[in-house]
Amino acid sequence: MTAYTRTPGPLVDVGVLLGRSLRHSVRSIDATISAIVLPLLILMVFVFIFGGALEAGTPEYLTYVVPGVVVLCAAFGSSSTAVSVNQDMTAGVIDRLRSLPVVGTAVLAGHVVASVVRNVVSTAVVVGVAVALGFRPTASVGGWLAVLGLLALFMAGVSALSAAFGLLVSSAEAAGALSFVLLFLPYVSSGFVPPETMPAVLHGFAAHQPLTPLIEAVRALLLGLPVGSSGWLAVAWWGGFGLLGVLGAGFLFRRRAGG
Amino acid sequence: MAYTIEVEGLTRSFGGTSVLGGIDLRVAGGTVAALLGPNGAGKTTTVKILSTLLRPDAGRVRVAGYDVVASPKEVRRRISLTGQHATVDEVLTGRENLVMMGRLRHLITAVARDRAQRLLERFDLVEAADRRVSTYSGGMARRLDIALGLVDDPLVLFLDEPTTGLDPRSRRDVWDTVAELAASGVTVLLTTQYLEEADRLADSISVLADGRIAASGTADSLKALVGGETVELVLPDAAALAAASALLPGAREEDLSLHVLTDGTATGVREVLEVVAGVPVLRVAVHRPTLDDVFLQLTEVSA
Repeated sequence: MTAYTRTPGPLVDVGVLLGRSLRHSVRSIDATISAIVLPLLILMVFVFIFGGALEAGTPEYLTYVVPGVVVLCAAFGSSSTAVSVNQDMTAGVIDRLRSLPVVGTAVLAGHVVASVVRNVVSTAVVVGVAVALGFRPTASVGGWLAVLGLLALFMAGVSALSAAFGLLVSSAEAAGALSFVLLFLPYVSSGFVPPETMPAVLHGFAAHQPLTPLIEAVRALLLGLPVGSSGWLAVAWWGGFGLLGVLGAGFLFRRRAGG
Repeated sequence: MAYTIEVEGLTRSFGGTSVLGGIDLRVAGGTVAALLGPNGAGKTTTVKILSTLLRPDAGRVRVAGYDVVASPKEVRRRISLTGQHATVDEVLTGRENLVMMGRLRHLITAVARDRAQRLLERFDLVEAADRRVSTYSGGMARRLDIALGLVDDPLVLFLDEPTTGLDPRSRRDVWDTVAELAASGVTVLLTTQYLEEADRLADSISVLADGRIAASGTADSLKALVGGETVELVLPDAAALAAASALLPGAREEDLSLHVLTDGTATGVREVLEVVAGVPVLRVAVHRPTLDDVFLQLTEVSA
């Protein structure tokens, strides 16, 4: 109990638990790989199977579809936070951490930050494969940084919401269901086909749902086009969802862990 | 006498159902106390309140000199909890688990590494230190679990059912570990549903039944509560058992044998045998009451 051995601060706690989460990502490499392979398969399906029928020459459709696939990849990958958090809850890891002089929510922060790191890596792989297939982004350095920032905000937002969902449901299986919702949501957006081509009911949703401004902003930034209002809309939506996720996770953490 | 754990009038209910109905408990520093009770008696709830994970509804709880409600952080600095399910991280190695726990207890990395090495040696886990915990046997994972609780030399160690689900050999390993801890001066509160375990490890035993302490004391004093000696009558079949049981109200049936409490004198034993003279008895044994006898008597009374 000697004082000189102490290093203070909640940031250290988050750092240590982030290290734990990252080790989990690296060692459960099968899960990480499937989070990359699935979006790649979807990219292939759209480019090589539907691409011809969509009557767009392959390079043009590839250019159109990559931002949607990137966002789908980020959404799907981030949602696995729900399973990790739920496993920690049901396995008693969180109880044990709470009996330590550690800020309890540090474990949630560790999961969210690890999720962002993991998804930045898998998104880079997806973009790399897209480039290999013929995708030619023309973004400036600033544009790339803005894309990275937007996607990181999106990943943090989805991860925080997923953490809250993981605390809400009773089992890891239920927590996994979130991935399916996030796997299908991007289809009803401007990610894969223009919303104008959809039936009226879907069109309204697809044109205004929170993924659409994000996909539009990423697309515009990658291709060096004017971003318009979609950039700020994306920041507002996903910053807002992120805040909601943080508040919700904090509330549920105190309620569930406190009994 | 200074008590390291002091509990007075502790109550707790969940959604209107009372789980703890007024618990009093005192554990002297450096001793091992056992909370003995069946599933659902409130053992885990008690441990969770004592380790600051749950708030009490009413009552006073002091651990290591601090009130768990008023100063949970001070309590957490001085305690360590090993929960009912092994909460070791299976994806990490044993060493990584120990170092992580040290870092979370805010030791600097070098000190955390040094502690990890010493604990691995002490718990006979050096060879397995750099393997993932998912490859460990149940007993090894439990030993690591207990070692995790000792990273920062706690004053009080809570062990919630430390041997549940372990094979006999691993159970014996854990027993040795707890005995060694007790010898080193740590105050240990363990919960168990194994009477033999409480008998063997604990300096004091509190029997918890339906959210109340039904009795407490040393193993011997609890046994003395029940009385002198138990006469065990082994019967050939169910019909004989029923006949003998009808003649001896208050005796306890177990499989095909009947346990009858006596004062332990020759007269007392003879009286029992005379009562069942008309029933075929295969075998007669006389022994000191076990904690099973104590337990069943106490829980029957309170039920």
